[in-house]
Amino acid sequence: MTALATAGIVSLPILTIVWSLTQPAWAVWAHLWQTQLPELLLNTLGLVGGVALGVLVLGTTLAWLVVTCEFPGRRVFEWALVLPLALPAYVIGFVFLGVFEYSGPVQTALRGGLGPGARLPDLRAGWGVVLMMTLVYYPYVYTLARAALAEQAPEFLESARALGRSRTAVLFAVTLPLVRPALAAGTVLACMESLADFGTVATFSVRTLTEAIYRVWHGMFDRAAATQLASILLAVAGGLLVLERLSRGRARFTHARRLARPPVRLRLHGLRALGATLLCAGTLGLAFALPVGQLVLWAIQSAGRGGVPDEFGQALSQTLALAGTAAVVVVAVAILLAYARRLQPTRLVAAATRVAGLGYALPGAVVAVGVLLPLAWLDRALATGLELLTGVPPGLLLTGSVTGVLFAYLVRFLAVGGQSIEASLARIPRGLDEAARSLGARGGRTLRAIHLPLAHRGLLAAVMLVFVDVMKELPATLLLRPFGVETLAVLIWRRTAESLWVEAALPALALVLAGLGPVAVAMRLAGADARPLDSRPEPPT
Amino acid sequence: MSLLRLDGVTKRFAANSPPAVDGLSVTVAPGEVLALLGPSGCGKTTTLRLVAGFEVPDAGVIEIRRQPVAGPGLAIPPEARGVGIVFQDYALFPHLSVEANVGFGVAHLARGARARRVHEALELVGLVGLERRYPHELSGGQQQRVALARAMAPAPALILLDEPFSNLDADLRASMREEIGKILRATGTTAVFVTHDQEEAFALADRVGVLNAGRLEQVAPPYELYHRPGTRFVAEFVGAADFLRSMVIEGGIVSELGTLARPPELVPGQAVDIMIRPDDIDFIPHPEGDVVVVGRQFHGAEHLYRLRLTSGAQVHAVQPSTTLYPVGTRVRVVANLLHVVAFPLVDGG
Repeated sequence: MTALATAGIVSLPILTIVWSLTQPAWAVWAHLWQTQLPELLLNTLGLVGGVALGVLVLGTTLAWLVVTCEFPGRRVFEWALVLPLALPAYVIGFVFLGVFEYSGPVQTALRGGLGPGARLPDLRAGWGVVLMMTLVYYPYVYTLARAALAEQAPEFLESARALGRSRTAVLFAVTLPLVRPALAAGTVLACMESLADFGTVATFSVRTLTEAIYRVWHGMFDRAAATQLASILLAVAGGLLVLERLSRGRARFTHARRLARPPVRLRLHGLRALGATLLCAGTLGLAFALPVGQLVLWAIQSAGRGGVPDEFGQALSQTLALAGTAAVVVVAVAILLAYARRLQPTRLVAAATRVAGLGYALPGAVVAVGVLLPLAWLDRALATGLELLTGVPPGLLLTGSVTGVLFAYLVRFLAVGGQSIEASLARIPRGLDEAARSLGARGGRTLRAIHLPLAHRGLLAAVMLVFVDVMKELPATLLLRPFGVETLAVLIWRRTAESLWVEAALPALALVLAGLGPVAVAMRLAGADARPLDSRPEPPT
Repeated sequence: MSLLRLDGVTKRFAANSPPAVDGLSVTVAPGEVLALLGPSGCGKTTTLRLVAGFEVPDAGVIEIRRQPVAGPGLAIPPEARGVGIVFQDYALFPHLSVEANVGFGVAHLARGARARRVHEALELVGLVGLERRYPHELSGGQQQRVALARAMAPAPALILLDEPFSNLDADLRASMREEIGKILRATGTTAVFVTHDQEEAFALADRVGVLNAGRLEQVAPPYELYHRPGTRFVAEFVGAADFLRSMVIEGGIVSELGTLARPPELVPGQAVDIMIRPDDIDFIPHPEGDVVVVGRQFHGAEHLYRLRLTSGAQVHAVQPSTTLYPVGTRVRVVANLLHVVAFPLVDGG
């Protein structure tokens, strides 16, 4: 019952937006269409399409190289190529702007060498955003493709070659079609991220749906238009989600067998080996070494100017407090829902918890709008009620406090915590629940004495994943933060909006450092054996 | 007086499939050990889970100590039934020591009483001294003892054991069987256990219930089950059996192996199949015998022979493996049937 009510509350913002999708305001639509909608749609779809193509090509190529070929540095590249995931797109974005802008070091050097007429094309364009996002999101495709390729039985390749196909022909006729579900899943994840992105497109002055929601809401206070834009964004995200589900449904079939023998790698020589090493090193350099190195330089530079600024300390402590609270709340709710699913596997509970988990597919801006509408209504009701009771207007209790932003984090990141928790709960055999019950333990005691101790690794992972995601989240924080609350992400956003790259470096470095935690977990999980703790030999007869 | 009573219990997992348990009725007396025996998929584990409370019956009543625990509109949860369970894979809590595992069900007791109860339970299964070990540090047999001690520590009215020996090596199986039997009898514990191994059922149980497709075919002490099987399924499932077509006459049952005593319920003129166990048949080689050895299997202490009678029907017979009769040997056969078991043919064919 508690679980159902909780799932209902968490679903409220999602349902609000879905409902508004069915209630189109035609006047608003007409205005949007005349002013900006065609441009927004075109830009958004172009961005998503470009990123899809970029991550697919880059991620697949890199994964294929490290799994099937042998070349200098392969062992290091195999894990290091995941590292760019630690960088939020808006961080790598502002570093590139700073490095490649007209007055930046690269163009200055270029002018020094080639004369004052030499210049590079301006990054502040659609292709620049696509490039940035490809660099930070290709690891989604890379990770999944690498796992799928490594699982592929060498027999397939060998039998195809024995049938007279060349290596290249085998790659396109056998290898890639077999890992297609993994490629599709990784690409869709990257598309979701780029759809949700606000910081990069705003810094690069590219108008997309996410950016427009913020602009319309915050700049023009036009709630109706923002809600309609959010519902369009939701429709696009929903389409992507359907694609992801479809690709995942197939992915199960390729997962069935375990590696029989280690793969035989093709040893590359000469130019080919050099090419492979350069491609991996170049990707890693652009997507990780360059931005992190530049951030360190800038951070040192800013510290030299006058030590660590107060605003950084403040933002850091507020971020830790906010992210910590959010992580605890999200994980507690995720445990409640996962547990309800385990104890009462009824259809209603399963459906309610699934809807509650949909928030992860929604861009932060959509969640923010979905949270604000019901909360604002509730606030007005509360205010009216309290004023009647006390005679004093109480102000905005919910939207004016951290409640709103915490609620948005819960909606958006519930699935992030939930997946980790459910995976670790699923590894605990049901026989242990039954043993505990037969010994007189009710649900609460079973949870405390059996499930939590056995699942504590998954819980810690969930806390960390949510913590870091909250730290990085920009649009929901920007739209919902109460006055005076500033997280590291918001601080970066404010500084980069003024092109103060050096001042943004320290908070950005802190975010990258925090982001390395989940990346380490992802790398460990990719290598870990996902066997259950104890196997239940046969279903009841 | 019954400690456990099932009356017409039915459980169906899907509306359009046959019930997993079909109108099952049985009672278990205090201190009695009942085995539920049957092939996989016969509903024996489901029956156990119904008694434990992990499943709720669609029809019928279950009573423990004369208190209904499941029935129309009633389903007492497992934690309130006071039933101890030893799981097939033991389901020991991997993060708890032996002591904490055994103490899990008596957590409501005061510290001293709890320690005493845990000690008693461990003493019972002979594991004193291993309190601080963790399940993965124990052998299979020790794990099973912990599982038994854990189930018995709260002094439940009834212990349920699900395929208790299936995870043990063959040589350990026999000794654990004996030991668990001793513990159950010494403590006067009422137990129901599920197995697909008739040897196990015979060694441990006072009575054995044979289940087939969710229905209880027969409940009887092992000796009776073996020698007086109530149905053809029981005859075939419990021990090896051949069936020999025979005719009932006034003076007995005429078969190829001679005329046998007629059980009073059989009417003269009826065609029946009589059950022949391999140990019912004795034979000696004889050059003019009209029965021929057509097959032979070496079973260690004995040989199992396949014999072809003059009609072409085949029966099995055991002989000590000290002598060996090659295939093709002509023999004379004597049937020593202690109890005649005859099944009337369904449609006279």
